[in-house]
Amino acid sequence: MASPTRLVEVRQKVLKQNDLVARALRERFQEAGVYVVSLVSSPGSGKTAFLERMLTELRPRCRVGALVGDLATDNDARRLARSQAPVRQITTGTVCHLEADMVRAAIDGWDLSEFDFLFLENVGNLVCPASYDLGENLRLVLFSVTEGEDKPLKYPTIFNTADVAIVSKIDLAEACGFDRASALTSIEAVRPGMQVFEVSAKTGHGMEPFLSFLTSQASSKKARCQLAEGRV
Amino acid sequence: MHELSIVMSLLEAAGEKARELHLEDVTAIHLRLGPLAGVVEDALYSAYELATEGTDWENCDLVVEETPLAGYCPSCKANRLIASITEICCVACGTPITEIVSGRELDIVALEVLDGVPNASG
Repeated sequence: MASPTRLVEVRQKVLKQNDLVARALRERFQEAGVYVVSLVSSPGSGKTAFLERMLTELRPRCRVGALVGDLATDNDARRLARSQAPVRQITTGTVCHLEADMVRAAIDGWDLSEFDFLFLENVGNLVCPASYDLGENLRLVLFSVTEGEDKPLKYPTIFNTADVAIVSKIDLAEACGFDRASALTSIEAVRPGMQVFEVSAKTGHGMEPFLSFLTSQASSKKARCQLAEGRV
Repeated sequence: MHELSIVMSLLEAAGEKARELHLEDVTAIHLRLGPLAGVVEDALYSAYELATEGTDWENCDLVVEETPLAGYCPSCKANRLIASITEICCVACGTPITEIVSGRELDIVALEVLDGVPNASG
């Protein structure tokens, strides 16, 4: 006969440890007045190109920095360093996503009050990063026009945990027969009301409306970017 | 596949809770998992087997209870089930839902332990 057992009720989040670190990070970011934006997408959607463009355009008017996560190589950090912004690489080894603790370790020694914006580029992966809070203020999910309009339907969880969708490589839309209405319908189905920006990091199309959105979000969070006051 | 990372966190959290409550002989970990937690149940079981093999947790089962996907429907003015993770709308009236009230859970809800209290009649 099986031994009798009893149930002891507990209430514990599995990712409690990550959530605690993320909460502490969020408080540090808030205190330092830095607005933190994370980027997730599948590999090859153009996260790094988009981030490079953002850093380059924001740098003359704001103080920006970035952390970039990859399984291996520091190619992306070196590429982003061309923007002249401070950039650090997080090499995750075999881990397919960033965790809050990796962010905490990577910002070690940085004076966060030196930044208006800090960008966190996650490992290229539309599945695993969904569960991990990194302490960010805003999570962007990117998908490019070359990936298929139903990408949001295939990866609903990541779209549902993100705040804003970025349709990237919009300059290729016509060449690859991108069906804009169908893409927007897919986004709306998995995350009703989600704000969408269509951009091309290559031509700069759509960057300005997005950057205005970003700076207004940041200033409403009382971050110290002075863009609105004309410190350009 | 991040289920292995999730399982490592799960064992750490369960171990911490067991120590805190002075529980020995944990025979099962009961987990509530929502469809929007970003974790695949089957992959979680596989990762759990892999991670516990040859450890103190080897004889401890993982029991997963799925939580419903639900949200606040502004038309019905009530919490309603959501059609599916690819159709975030009210099952009753089809109104899109922006406020999820259930479906993101990834929580340990109970630890099952050997009942060490001697049976009075036995």
